[in-house]
This record gives sequence, C-alpha cells and structure tokens, in this order.
Amino acid sequence: MHELYLYILVMAGVTYLIRALPLTLIRREIRNPFLRSFIYYVPYATLAAMTFPAILGATGSLVSALAGLTAAVILAFFDRSLILVAAGGCIAVYAAELVLSVLH
Amino acid sequence: MRGTGRKEPFIEGLKDGIPICLGYFAVSFAFGIQASEVGLSAFDAGMLSLLNVTSAGQAAGLGVIAASGSYVEMALVQLVINIRYLLMSTALSQKIDPELPTRHRLGIAYGVTDEIFGASIMRGGRLTPWYSYGITLISVAGWVTGTVLGAAAGRILPERITSALGVALYGMFIAIVIPPAKRDRAVLAAVLGGVLLSSLLTWAPVVREVSSGTRIIAVTVAVAALCAVIWPREEEAADA
Repeated sequence: MHELYLYILVMAGVTYLIRALPLTLIRREIRNPFLRSFIYYVPYATLAAMTFPAILGATGSLVSALAGLTAAVILAFFDRSLILVAAGGCIAVYAAELVLSVLH
Repeated sequence: MRGTGRKEPFIEGLKDGIPICLGYFAVSFAFGIQASEVGLSAFDAGMLSLLNVTSAGQAAGLGVIAASGSYVEMALVQLVINIRYLLMSTALSQKIDPELPTRHRLGIAYGVTDEIFGASIMRGGRLTPWYSYGITLISVAGWVTGTVLGAAAGRILPERITSALGVALYGMFIAIVIPPAKRDRAVLAAVLGGVLLSSLLTWAPVVREVSSGTRIIAVTVAVAALCAVIWPREEEAADA
C-alpha cells in the first residue's frame, strides 16, 4: 500500500505548497492600486463562478437545485446569517424533492 | 480591540464553520464512496482527505490513482486544479498582520479552501490565525468524518438527505456575495460577471472540456481584472 501513500503525499505536498507560498512569502502590503483592486474583486468573482452553474447539478434534480438556489438567494438578499441561508437552501431542496417524489 | 484574544475569534471561526462542516460532510461522503470503489480503505480515504482538504483536487487525484498514473502526472493535475489557491493565499496575505510569524502563516495555509477562504476574507478587519484555526478545525472534521463514513458504510444516509446537503456550500457562497453585491454596483458586476462567464465556459463547445479548477481561475482572473480596471478601489482592498 506504500504506493498509495506516495500518491497521497505528492498530492498533499503540491497542494500545500500552493497554499503556503504566497502567505509566507508576501509579507508586505501590496501598494499597486491595480493589484489591490484586483485582489478586492477576486473573492466575488471566484465564489460566483464556483456557485453557478455548479449548484444546478449538486442535488438529485434540476428542479430541486433551482428551489435551493432561489431560497438561498432570497434569504441572503434579506441579510440572513451564513447558517440560515445554507440551511434554508437545504430545506428547500429537501421539500422540492419530497414534492417531486409525491407527484411521480 | 478585535483579534487580540484567542478564544473569541476561535469560537467565532467554529460557528462560521458549521455550514461548511455540513456541506463538507455531504460532499466528502460522496467522495468516500468513490474512494472505496477505487479500493481505498476507510482509513486511507480519511488520511487522503485529512492531508489534502480539496474536493476537486481529491476527485481528480482519485482518477489518477485508479488509472495508475505517474507521480508527475499526479503533481501536474493537482497544480492545475488547485492553482486557484495561489490567488486566495495571496489575498489572505493582505488580510493578515504583516508581522504575523511564519508558523501561523503555515497554519492558516493548511485551511485555504474555497469555502474557508470565502468566509475568512469577508470577515471585517484583520484576519487572526485563531479564527482560521476555529473554522478550519470544524470544517476539516466534517470533511474527514464524511469521507470515512462514506468509504466505510456507503449508503447509510438516505439519498434525499445527501442531495439536500449538497447545496449547503453553495448556500454559504450565496450568503457571502449577495449582501455586499446589493450595496455596491461594482461588486454586483463582479458577481454577475463571474456567473455569466462561468456559465459560458461550462456550456460552450470546446472550452467546456477544461477542468473546473482551470475554469474558475480563468473566470476569476478575467472578471477581477476587468472590474479592477473599470472600478479601481482606493482604500478597501486591505480591510475588505
């Protein structure tokens, strides 16, 4: 089984280096206005790209995924907490799939 | 002053990590099932999750293991899929105290995932390592537990429950981006731009062949650069 662990160590090593290098090497505040602005927008663009369209395939059906998406967007629009928005999305998916299974 | 104590930010991190923990549990449960199908024991799968903590990277890594690929191939696959953490780690380097010692920087680095990054970067003020440790601890606990249970017991959870838990992570992302997007048109543009471009790259012919990790990098770089040119920020970047 040592071969499996070599694979795992290669994976873990590469991934950790990617995570650790900027955090340990960049020790000063970046002053360049473009870079500062770029960094400011990175999380929004990334999180949006990771959520959509991936969320459409995250559940048992497109309909339940849309239900979860809609519920989460509405709750977030009204500034609900992380937990509440996440839970609301899950409950909406569950309810939608329950309804779908009754209809079938 | 916020961030001088350890306990308070640690507990706050634990709390913010609850939805991540649940979402990770659901996603890693599915990963555990896949890992057992490739022949990994529950312990091996758990170690894999503990040492990597990266969903897309682990799924792709499992593919390389199943195909008996070379170690070089494994390294390249991880590099391409996880290179987005380089951007996140860079953003976090601007969020922490410039004087923060290396050991804490190395500690924060372990937990640089899409979700933990998202929650950490949106927190007001400087990021303290104890917040990172709290949110990382509970998230990784969910990630490893889900993997082990998935690998050991396959389908103990009804499918409808895992299906519902599957949106937990996305719900969290939505909770992070919508409120600021509501108040700031440039942020709204970054969010909508991200959604549109990633949809285009997911569905358009030819480009849809690229891996999800590569797609996320391409979208992030293009959209963030465009927004930075159109709506430059003067102050906020450091304490966003």
